[in-house]
Amino acid sequence: MSLEEKVKNIIVDKLGVEPDEVVEEASFVDDLGADSLDLVELIMSMEETFDLEISDEEAEKILKVKDAIEYIKAHT
Amino acid sequence: MNTCTPEIVVTGLGMVTPLGVGVESTWSALCQGKSGVGPITRFDTSGFKTTIAAEVKDFNAEDFMSKKEARKAERFIAYIIAASKMALDDAGLVIDSGNAERVGVFTGCGLGGLQTMEESRDVIVNRGPGRVSPFFIPMLIGNMGPGLIAIHFGAKGPNCSVATACAAGTHSVGEAMRILQHGQADAMITGGVESVITPLCIAGFNSMKALSTRNSEPEKASRPFDKERDGFVVGEGAGILILETREHAEKRGARIYATLAGYGMSGDAYHMTAPSPEGEGMARCMKSAIEDAGLPLEAVDYINAHGTSTQFNDLCETQAVKSLFGEHAYKLAISSTKSMTGHLLGGAGGVESVFTALTVYHDLIPPTINQESPDPECDLDYVPNQARKQVVNAAMNNSFGFGGTNASVIMKKFKA
Repeated sequence: MSLEEKVKNIIVDKLGVEPDEVVEEASFVDDLGADSLDLVELIMSMEETFDLEISDEEAEKILKVKDAIEYIKAHT
Repeated sequence: MNTCTPEIVVTGLGMVTPLGVGVESTWSALCQGKSGVGPITRFDTSGFKTTIAAEVKDFNAEDFMSKKEARKAERFIAYIIAASKMALDDAGLVIDSGNAERVGVFTGCGLGGLQTMEESRDVIVNRGPGRVSPFFIPMLIGNMGPGLIAIHFGAKGPNCSVATACAAGTHSVGEAMRILQHGQADAMITGGVESVITPLCIAGFNSMKALSTRNSEPEKASRPFDKERDGFVVGEGAGILILETREHAEKRGARIYATLAGYGMSGDAYHMTAPSPEGEGMARCMKSAIEDAGLPLEAVDYINAHGTSTQFNDLCETQAVKSLFGEHAYKLAISSTKSMTGHLLGGAGGVESVFTALTVYHDLIPPTINQESPDPECDLDYVPNQARKQVVNAAMNNSFGFGGTNASVIMKKFKA
Protein backbone atom coordinates (compact mmCIF):
# COMPACT_ATOMS: atom_id res chain seq x y z
CA MET A 1 0.00 0.00 0.00
CA SER A 2 1.36 3.44 -0.91
CA LEU A 3 1.96 6.13 1.70
CA GLU A 4 -0.92 8.16 0.25
CA GLU A 5 -3.27 5.21 0.56
CA LYS A 6 -2.23 4.58 4.14
CA VAL A 7 -2.90 8.22 5.05
CA LYS A 8 -6.27 8.17 3.33
CA ASN A 9 -7.24 4.97 5.13
CA ILE A 10 -6.47 6.57 8.48
CA ILE A 11 -8.60 9.58 7.58
CA VAL A 12 -11.51 7.43 6.41
CA ASP A 13 -11.33 5.39 9.59
CA LYS A 14 -10.91 8.23 12.09
CA LEU A 15 -13.29 10.74 10.53
CA GLY A 16 -15.89 8.27 9.32
CA VAL A 17 -15.91 9.80 5.82
CA GLU A 18 -16.24 8.11 2.44
CA PRO A 19 -12.95 7.32 0.63
CA ASP A 20 -13.83 9.48 -2.36
CA GLU A 21 -14.18 12.54 -0.12
CA VAL A 22 -10.54 12.27 0.89
CA VAL A 23 -8.96 14.28 -1.92
CA GLU A 24 -5.62 16.00 -1.45
CA GLU A 25 -7.12 19.50 -1.38
CA ALA A 26 -9.73 18.57 1.27
CA SER A 27 -9.54 20.49 4.54
CA PHE A 28 -9.96 18.31 7.62
CA VAL A 29 -12.19 20.84 9.37
CA ASP A 30 -14.06 22.52 6.52
CA ASP A 31 -14.52 19.60 4.14
CA LEU A 32 -14.25 16.45 6.26
CA GLY A 33 -16.08 17.64 9.38
CA ALA A 34 -13.25 17.15 11.87
CA ASP A 35 -13.37 18.89 15.26
CA SER A 36 -10.43 19.62 17.55
CA LEU A 37 -10.54 16.17 19.17
CA ASP A 38 -10.72 14.46 15.77
CA LEU A 39 -7.59 16.34 14.70
CA VAL A 40 -5.67 15.19 17.78
CA GLU A 41 -6.72 11.61 17.17
CA LEU A 42 -5.80 11.83 13.50
CA ILE A 43 -2.32 13.12 14.26
CA MET A 44 -1.83 10.44 16.92
CA SER A 45 -2.83 7.75 14.48
CA MET A 46 -0.39 9.05 11.85
CA GLU A 47 2.39 9.20 14.43
CA GLU A 48 1.76 5.61 15.36
CA THR A 49 1.39 4.29 11.80
CA PHE A 50 4.51 6.02 10.49
CA ASP A 51 6.54 5.91 13.72
CA LEU A 52 6.80 9.70 13.95
CA GLU A 53 6.68 12.38 16.61
CA ILE A 54 4.67 15.35 15.35
CA SER A 55 4.99 18.39 17.63
CA ASP A 56 1.90 20.47 18.45
CA GLU A 57 3.35 23.38 16.45
CA GLU A 58 3.85 21.19 13.39
CA ALA A 59 0.47 19.57 13.81
CA GLU A 60 -1.24 22.94 13.71
CA LYS A 61 0.05 23.41 10.15
CA ILE A 62 -1.50 20.15 8.95
CA LEU A 63 -4.82 21.47 7.73
CA LYS A 64 -5.43 19.59 4.52
CA VAL A 65 -4.98 16.00 3.37
CA LYS A 66 -2.02 17.03 1.22
CA ASP A 67 -0.34 18.72 4.24
CA ALA A 68 -0.38 15.40 6.05
CA ILE A 69 0.96 13.47 3.08
CA GLU A 70 3.74 16.02 2.48
CA TYR A 71 4.72 16.12 6.14
CA ILE A 72 4.95 12.34 6.38
CA LYS A 73 6.92 12.10 3.10
CA ALA A 74 9.41 14.65 4.42
CA HIS A 75 9.87 12.94 7.77
CA THR A 76 10.00 9.22 6.97
CA MET B 1 -48.46 17.92 46.29
CA ASN B 2 -50.44 21.11 46.20
CA THR B 3 -53.16 21.65 43.68
CA CYS B 4 -51.15 23.88 41.37
CA THR B 5 -48.40 21.29 40.84
CA PRO B 6 -48.78 20.22 37.21
CA GLU B 7 -49.67 16.63 36.37
CA ILE B 8 -46.80 14.83 34.62
CA VAL B 9 -47.55 12.26 31.94
CA VAL B 10 -45.62 9.65 29.95
CA THR B 11 -45.99 10.14 26.20
CA GLY B 12 -43.11 8.26 24.57
CA LEU B 13 -41.11 5.09 25.17
CA GLY B 14 -37.92 3.66 23.74
CA MET B 15 -35.83 0.62 24.62
CA VAL B 16 -32.75 -1.33 23.69
CA THR B 17 -32.65 -4.48 25.81
CA PRO B 18 -31.36 -8.06 25.77
CA LEU B 19 -34.89 -9.01 24.67
CA GLY B 20 -35.01 -6.76 21.64
CA VAL B 21 -34.15 -3.49 19.95
CA GLY B 22 -37.40 -1.59 20.29
CA VAL B 23 -40.37 -1.35 22.61
CA GLU B 24 -42.63 -3.82 20.82
CA SER B 25 -40.05 -6.58 20.46
CA THR B 26 -38.95 -6.23 24.07
CA TRP B 27 -42.46 -6.04 25.53
CA SER B 28 -43.65 -9.00 23.49
CA ALA B 29 -40.71 -11.19 24.57
CA LEU B 30 -41.14 -10.03 28.16
CA CYS B 31 -44.79 -10.97 28.31
CA GLN B 32 -43.99 -14.35 26.75
CA GLY B 33 -41.54 -14.99 29.57
CA LYS B 34 -38.45 -15.20 27.39
CA SER B 35 -34.98 -14.98 28.87
CA GLY B 36 -32.35 -12.69 27.34
CA VAL B 37 -29.48 -14.42 29.14
CA GLY B 38 -26.81 -16.42 27.32
CA PRO B 39 -23.07 -17.08 27.17
CA ILE B 40 -20.92 -13.92 27.11
CA THR B 41 -19.68 -13.24 23.57
CA ARG B 42 -17.92 -9.93 24.17
CA PHE B 43 -14.70 -11.30 25.64
CA ASP B 44 -12.93 -14.55 26.44
CA THR B 45 -14.40 -15.72 29.73
CA SER B 46 -11.71 -18.33 30.47
CA GLY B 47 -10.95 -18.23 34.17
CA PHE B 48 -14.12 -16.31 35.06
CA LYS B 49 -16.54 -17.78 37.58
CA THR B 50 -19.42 -16.30 35.63
CA THR B 51 -19.49 -16.77 31.86
CA ILE B 52 -23.07 -15.63 31.16
CA ALA B 53 -24.80 -12.27 30.77
CA ALA B 54 -27.82 -10.69 29.11
CA GLU B 55 -26.29 -9.09 26.02
CA VAL B 56 -28.12 -6.90 23.52
CA LYS B 57 -28.27 -8.75 20.20
CA ASP B 58 -28.63 -7.55 16.61
CA PHE B 59 -28.00 -3.91 17.42
CA ASN B 60 -26.54 -1.73 14.69
CA ALA B 61 -25.58 1.75 15.90
CA GLU B 62 -25.64 3.06 12.32
CA ASP B 63 -29.40 2.51 12.24
CA PHE B 64 -29.66 5.41 14.69
CA MET B 65 -26.72 7.72 13.93
CA SER B 66 -24.16 8.56 11.27
CA LYS B 67 -21.24 6.28 10.57
CA LYS B 68 -18.88 8.81 12.15
CA GLU B 69 -21.00 9.15 15.29
CA ALA B 70 -21.37 5.38 15.51
CA ARG B 71 -17.62 4.88 15.29
CA LYS B 72 -17.01 7.20 18.22
CA ALA B 73 -19.93 6.07 20.34
CA GLU B 74 -19.26 3.88 23.36
CA ARG B 75 -21.82 1.13 23.44
CA PHE B 76 -23.78 2.83 26.25
CA ILE B 77 -23.95 6.02 24.19
CA ALA B 78 -25.22 4.18 21.13
CA TYR B 79 -27.92 2.46 23.19
CA ILE B 80 -29.17 5.64 24.83
CA ILE B 81 -29.24 7.60 21.57
CA ALA B 82 -31.16 4.75 19.93
CA ALA B 83 -33.67 4.50 22.78
CA SER B 84 -34.11 8.29 22.81
CA LYS B 85 -34.78 8.38 19.09
CA MET B 86 -37.41 5.66 19.48
CA ALA B 87 -39.03 7.48 22.41
CA LEU B 88 -39.13 10.85 20.65
CA ASP B 89 -40.59 9.23 17.52
CA ASP B 90 -43.10 7.35 19.66
CA ALA B 91 -44.14 10.58 21.38
CA GLY B 92 -44.26 12.47 18.08
CA LEU B 93 -42.31 15.19 19.84
CA VAL B 94 -40.38 17.36 17.41
CA ILE B 95 -37.68 19.55 18.93
CA ASP B 96 -37.19 22.79 17.00
CA SER B 97 -36.03 26.34 17.65
CA GLY B 98 -39.44 27.18 19.12
CA ASN B 99 -39.36 24.63 21.95
CA ALA B 100 -35.70 23.55 22.24
CA GLU B 101 -35.02 25.42 25.47
CA ARG B 102 -38.09 23.85 27.10
CA VAL B 103 -37.04 20.25 26.38
CA GLY B 104 -34.48 18.81 28.80
CA VAL B 105 -32.62 15.57 29.37
CA PHE B 106 -32.03 13.72 32.65
CA THR B 107 -30.64 10.21 32.44
CA GLY B 108 -28.83 7.84 34.75
CA CYS B 109 -25.84 5.59 34.30
CA GLY B 110 -24.08 3.57 36.98
CA LEU B 111 -20.61 3.11 35.59
CA GLY B 112 -20.26 4.81 32.19
CA GLY B 113 -17.74 3.81 29.55
CA LEU B 114 -16.03 0.97 31.34
CA GLN B 115 -15.13 -0.75 28.09
CA THR B 116 -13.23 2.36 26.94
CA MET B 117 -11.56 2.55 30.35
CA GLU B 118 -10.30 -1.02 30.11
CA GLU B 119 -9.08 -0.63 26.53
CA SER B 120 -7.37 2.67 27.35
CA ARG B 121 -5.63 1.11 30.31
CA ASP B 122 -4.04 -1.37 27.87
CA VAL B 123 -3.01 1.54 25.65
CA ILE B 124 -1.27 3.50 28.40
CA VAL B 125 0.51 0.40 29.71
CA ASN B 126 1.60 -0.97 26.35
CA ARG B 127 2.02 2.13 24.19
CA GLY B 128 2.49 5.04 26.60
CA PRO B 129 0.50 8.06 27.79
CA GLY B 130 0.86 9.88 24.47
CA ARG B 131 -1.29 7.25 22.77
CA VAL B 132 -4.38 7.62 24.96
CA SER B 133 -7.21 8.80 22.71
CA PRO B 134 -8.55 12.35 23.05
CA PHE B 135 -11.94 10.61 23.09
CA PHE B 136 -11.10 8.57 26.18
CA ILE B 137 -12.56 11.02 28.73
CA PRO B 138 -15.63 11.95 26.63
CA MET B 139 -16.42 8.26 26.13
CA LEU B 140 -15.90 7.42 29.78
CA ILE B 141 -18.12 9.90 31.59
CA GLY B 142 -21.70 8.85 32.25
CA ASN B 143 -23.21 12.26 31.63
CA MET B 144 -22.11 12.06 28.01
CA GLY B 145 -25.43 10.19 27.72
CA PRO B 146 -27.61 13.27 28.25
CA GLY B 147 -24.92 15.41 26.63
CA LEU B 148 -25.06 13.55 23.36
CA ILE B 149 -28.84 13.14 23.46
CA ALA B 150 -29.05 16.94 23.64
CA ILE B 151 -26.52 17.40 20.85
CA HIS B 152 -28.20 14.79 18.70
CA PHE B 153 -31.78 16.02 19.05
CA GLY B 154 -31.22 19.69 19.89
CA ALA B 155 -32.74 19.67 23.40
CA LYS B 156 -31.44 22.81 25.11
CA GLY B 157 -33.31 22.59 28.42
CA PRO B 158 -31.95 21.25 31.73
CA ASN B 159 -29.27 18.62 31.11
CA CYS B 160 -28.22 16.37 33.95
CA SER B 161 -27.21 12.88 34.96
CA VAL B 162 -27.02 10.89 38.17
CA ALA B 163 -24.63 8.05 38.97
CA THR B 164 -26.56 6.34 41.76
CA ALA B 165 -25.51 2.82 40.75
CA CYS B 166 -28.47 0.50 40.16
CA ALA B 167 -30.96 3.22 41.16
CA ALA B 168 -29.72 5.76 38.59
CA GLY B 169 -32.47 5.17 36.03
CA THR B 170 -35.30 5.53 38.51
CA HIS B 171 -33.73 8.53 40.22
CA SER B 172 -33.50 10.14 36.79
CA VAL B 173 -37.17 9.58 36.03
CA GLY B 174 -38.08 11.07 39.40
CA GLU B 175 -35.75 14.04 39.03
CA ALA B 176 -37.04 14.73 35.52
CA MET B 177 -40.55 14.74 36.97
CA ARG B 178 -39.46 17.34 39.56
CA ILE B 179 -37.95 19.57 36.84
CA LEU B 180 -41.30 19.51 35.03
CA GLN B 181 -43.26 20.10 38.25
CA HIS B 182 -41.06 23.09 39.00
CA GLY B 183 -41.78 24.58 35.59
CA GLN B 184 -38.18 24.42 34.39
CA ALA B 185 -39.15 22.51 31.24
CA ASP B 186 -42.25 21.36 29.34
CA ALA B 187 -40.86 17.99 28.27
CA MET B 188 -38.03 15.76 29.47
CA ILE B 189 -36.15 12.88 27.88
CA THR B 190 -35.34 10.59 30.80
CA GLY B 191 -34.37 7.06 31.79
CA GLY B 192 -31.21 5.06 32.20
CA VAL B 193 -28.52 3.16 30.41
CA GLU B 194 -25.65 0.77 31.05
CA SER B 195 -23.31 -1.38 29.02
CA VAL B 196 -20.55 -2.93 31.08
CA ILE B 197 -20.30 -6.57 30.03
CA THR B 198 -16.53 -6.31 30.35
CA PRO B 199 -13.82 -8.37 32.05
CA LEU B 200 -13.33 -5.93 34.95
CA CYS B 201 -17.04 -5.61 35.63
CA ILE B 202 -17.72 -9.34 35.66
CA ALA B 203 -14.57 -10.04 37.69
CA GLY B 204 -15.43 -7.31 40.20
CA PHE B 205 -19.00 -8.48 40.75
CA ASN B 206 -17.74 -12.07 40.89
CA SER B 207 -15.34 -11.16 43.67
CA MET B 208 -18.30 -9.72 45.59
CA LYS B 209 -20.08 -13.06 45.02
CA ALA B 210 -22.94 -11.03 43.60
CA LEU B 211 -23.35 -12.86 40.29
CA SER B 212 -25.11 -16.09 39.40
CA THR B 213 -22.69 -18.82 38.35
CA ARG B 214 -25.39 -20.98 36.80
CA ASN B 215 -23.34 -20.99 33.60
CA SER B 216 -24.73 -24.27 32.28
CA GLU B 217 -28.32 -22.98 32.32
CA PRO B 218 -28.11 -19.30 31.35
CA GLU B 219 -31.85 -18.91 30.85
CA LYS B 220 -32.51 -20.11 34.38
CA ALA B 221 -29.77 -18.04 36.03
CA SER B 222 -31.84 -14.96 36.87
CA ARG B 223 -34.51 -16.27 39.24
CA PRO B 224 -35.56 -13.50 41.61
CA PHE B 225 -37.40 -14.64 44.77
CA ASP B 226 -36.89 -18.33 43.89
CA LYS B 227 -35.27 -20.42 46.61
CA GLU B 228 -32.48 -21.55 44.27
CA ARG B 229 -31.41 -18.03 43.29
CA ASP B 230 -27.65 -17.56 43.41
CA GLY B 231 -27.00 -14.00 42.33
CA PHE B 232 -27.81 -11.55 39.57
CA VAL B 233 -27.00 -11.66 35.87
CA VAL B 234 -25.43 -8.57 34.31
CA GLY B 235 -27.61 -7.12 31.57
CA GLU B 236 -27.19 -4.11 29.31
CA GLY B 237 -29.30 -1.66 27.37
CA ALA B 238 -31.27 1.53 27.73
CA GLY B 239 -34.81 2.56 28.58
CA ILE B 240 -36.03 6.07 27.78
CA LEU B 241 -39.31 7.82 28.54
CA ILE B 242 -40.63 11.13 27.28
CA LEU B 243 -42.31 12.99 30.15
CA GLU B 244 -44.40 16.10 29.65
CA THR B 245 -46.72 18.25 31.64
CA ARG B 246 -50.27 17.18 30.95
CA GLU B 247 -51.01 20.60 29.52
CA HIS B 248 -48.15 20.39 27.06
CA ALA B 249 -49.04 16.83 26.03
CA GLU B 250 -52.74 17.58 25.54
CA LYS B 251 -52.07 20.76 23.63
CA ARG B 252 -50.22 18.80 20.98
CA GLY B 253 -52.65 15.87 21.11
CA ALA B 254 -50.11 13.32 22.33
CA ARG B 255 -51.02 9.74 23.20
CA ILE B 256 -50.62 9.32 26.97
CA TYR B 257 -49.44 6.00 28.46
CA ALA B 258 -49.76 6.88 32.13
CA THR B 259 -49.52 9.61 34.73
CA LEU B 260 -46.23 9.74 36.61
CA ALA B 261 -47.75 10.34 39.99
CA GLY B 262 -45.06 10.03 42.64
CA TYR B 263 -41.37 9.83 43.39
CA GLY B 264 -39.66 8.77 46.59
CA MET B 265 -36.11 8.34 47.78
CA SER B 266 -34.26 7.17 50.85
CA GLY B 267 -30.78 6.34 52.05
CA ASP B 268 -29.95 3.22 54.05
CA ALA B 269 -27.03 4.65 56.07
CA TYR B 270 -26.07 1.06 56.73
CA HIS B 271 -23.57 -0.71 54.43
CA MET B 272 -21.76 -0.14 51.13
CA THR B 273 -23.48 -3.00 49.34
CA ALA B 274 -25.91 -4.84 51.64
CA PRO B 275 -29.45 -3.51 52.06
CA SER B 276 -30.38 -2.40 55.56
CA PRO B 277 -31.93 -5.18 57.70
CA GLU B 278 -35.47 -6.20 56.75
CA GLY B 279 -35.42 -3.68 53.93
CA GLU B 280 -36.01 -0.78 56.29
CA GLY B 281 -34.55 1.77 53.84
CA MET B 282 -36.46 0.25 50.92
CA ALA B 283 -39.74 0.49 52.84
CA ARG B 284 -39.16 4.17 53.63
CA CYS B 285 -38.40 4.80 49.97
CA MET B 286 -41.63 3.16 48.76
CA LYS B 287 -43.61 4.97 51.45
CA SER B 288 -42.30 8.35 50.38
CA ALA B 289 -43.20 7.67 46.74
CA ILE B 290 -46.73 6.61 47.64
CA GLU B 291 -47.18 9.69 49.84
CA ASP B 292 -45.86 11.88 47.04
CA ALA B 293 -48.48 10.37 44.74
CA GLY B 294 -51.16 11.10 47.35
CA LEU B 295 -52.43 7.52 47.18
CA PRO B 296 -53.53 5.17 49.93
CA LEU B 297 -51.30 2.10 50.26
CA GLU B 298 -54.14 -0.13 49.07
CA ALA B 299 -54.23 1.70 45.75
CA VAL B 300 -50.97 0.09 44.62
CA ASP B 301 -51.89 -2.87 42.39
CA TYR B 302 -48.47 -3.81 41.09
CA ILE B 303 -44.78 -3.41 41.91
CA ASN B 304 -42.04 -3.82 39.33
CA ALA B 305 -39.56 -4.99 41.93
CA HIS B 306 -35.86 -4.30 42.06
CA GLY B 307 -35.76 -8.14 42.37
CA THR B 308 -32.14 -8.75 41.44
CA SER B 309 -32.00 -12.50 42.18
CA THR B 310 -29.49 -12.07 44.99
CA GLN B 311 -30.27 -13.65 48.36
CA PHE B 312 -30.24 -10.37 50.23
CA ASN B 313 -32.06 -8.07 47.85
CA ASP B 314 -35.02 -10.33 47.24
CA LEU B 315 -35.45 -11.21 50.90
CA CYS B 316 -35.14 -7.59 52.07
CA GLU B 317 -37.41 -6.26 49.33
CA THR B 318 -40.05 -8.83 50.26
CA GLN B 319 -39.73 -7.90 53.94
CA ALA B 320 -39.97 -4.22 53.04
CA VAL B 321 -43.17 -4.75 51.05
CA LYS B 322 -44.68 -6.71 53.95
CA SER B 323 -43.70 -4.18 56.58
CA LEU B 324 -45.06 -1.27 54.55
CA PHE B 325 -48.22 -2.76 53.06
CA GLY B 326 -49.27 -5.20 55.81
CA GLU B 327 -52.10 -7.44 54.60
CA HIS B 328 -52.19 -5.66 51.24
CA ALA B 329 -48.70 -7.05 50.53
CA TYR B 330 -50.36 -10.41 49.82
CA LYS B 331 -52.94 -8.88 47.48
CA LEU B 332 -50.76 -6.81 45.21
CA ALA B 333 -48.84 -8.31 42.30
CA ILE B 334 -45.04 -8.11 42.17
CA SER B 335 -42.76 -9.11 39.35
CA SER B 336 -39.10 -8.85 38.61
CA THR B 337 -38.51 -8.33 34.92
CA LYS B 338 -34.81 -8.84 35.68
CA SER B 339 -35.64 -12.54 35.53
CA MET B 340 -35.70 -11.98 31.75
CA THR B 341 -33.59 -8.89 31.02
CA GLY B 342 -30.89 -9.52 33.60
CA HIS B 343 -29.85 -6.58 35.74
CA LEU B 344 -29.18 -3.49 33.63
CA LEU B 345 -27.60 -1.70 36.62
CA GLY B 346 -27.90 2.04 35.89
CA GLY B 347 -30.18 1.18 32.98
CA ALA B 348 -32.53 -0.95 35.09
CA GLY B 349 -34.67 1.92 36.35
CA GLY B 350 -35.03 3.19 32.79
CA VAL B 351 -36.31 -0.02 31.22
CA GLU B 352 -38.33 -0.94 34.30
CA SER B 353 -40.03 2.46 34.28
CA VAL B 354 -40.89 1.80 30.64
CA PHE B 355 -42.27 -1.63 31.64
CA THR B 356 -44.26 -0.05 34.46
CA ALA B 357 -45.82 2.46 32.07
CA LEU B 358 -46.70 -0.34 29.65
CA THR B 359 -48.18 -2.45 32.45
CA VAL B 360 -50.50 0.41 33.45
CA TYR B 361 -51.33 1.18 29.82
CA HIS B 362 -52.04 -2.40 28.70
CA ASP B 363 -53.33 -3.85 32.00
CA LEU B 364 -50.86 -6.66 31.43
CA ILE B 365 -48.35 -7.71 34.11
CA PRO B 366 -45.11 -9.30 32.93
CA PRO B 367 -44.12 -12.42 34.86
CA THR B 368 -41.18 -13.35 37.06
CA ILE B 369 -39.76 -16.37 35.27
CA ASN B 370 -37.83 -19.30 36.73
CA GLN B 371 -40.17 -19.67 39.69
CA GLU B 372 -39.61 -23.35 40.39
CA SER B 373 -38.75 -23.71 44.08
CA PRO B 374 -40.73 -21.40 46.35
CA ASP B 375 -38.69 -19.69 49.06
CA PRO B 376 -40.70 -19.76 52.31
CA GLU B 377 -39.29 -16.34 53.15
CA CYS B 378 -40.35 -14.89 49.80
CA ASP B 379 -44.03 -15.74 49.88
CA LEU B 380 -45.74 -12.93 47.98
CA ASP B 381 -47.44 -13.02 44.58
CA TYR B 382 -44.52 -12.69 42.16
CA VAL B 383 -46.68 -13.39 39.06
CA PRO B 384 -44.81 -16.67 38.53
CA ASN B 385 -43.78 -17.73 35.04
CA GLN B 386 -46.78 -16.37 33.12
CA ALA B 387 -47.88 -12.86 32.30
CA ARG B 388 -51.22 -11.87 33.79
CA LYS B 389 -54.02 -9.78 32.33
CA GLN B 390 -55.21 -7.65 35.22
CA VAL B 391 -56.41 -4.09 35.69
CA VAL B 392 -53.53 -2.02 37.05
CA ASN B 393 -54.62 1.41 38.21
CA ALA B 394 -51.42 2.25 40.06
CA ALA B 395 -47.99 0.68 39.86
CA MET B 396 -44.65 1.29 41.51
CA ASN B 397 -41.16 0.76 40.15
CA ASN B 398 -38.39 0.13 42.68
CA SER B 399 -34.65 0.54 42.22
CA PHE B 400 -32.05 0.16 44.94
CA GLY B 401 -28.36 0.86 44.48
CA PHE B 402 -25.04 0.13 46.13
CA GLY B 403 -24.23 2.86 48.58
CA GLY B 404 -27.64 2.32 50.12
CA THR B 405 -29.44 4.60 47.68
CA ASN B 406 -33.11 3.89 46.97
CA ALA B 407 -35.61 5.27 44.47
CA SER B 408 -39.25 4.48 43.67
CA VAL B 409 -41.67 6.00 41.19
CA ILE B 410 -45.43 5.56 40.95
CA MET B 411 -47.42 5.51 37.75
CA LYS B 412 -51.17 5.53 37.59
CA LYS B 413 -53.78 5.25 34.89
CA PHE B 414 -54.23 8.49 33.02
CA LYS B 415 -57.73 9.90 33.52
CA ALA B 416 -58.79 11.99 30.55
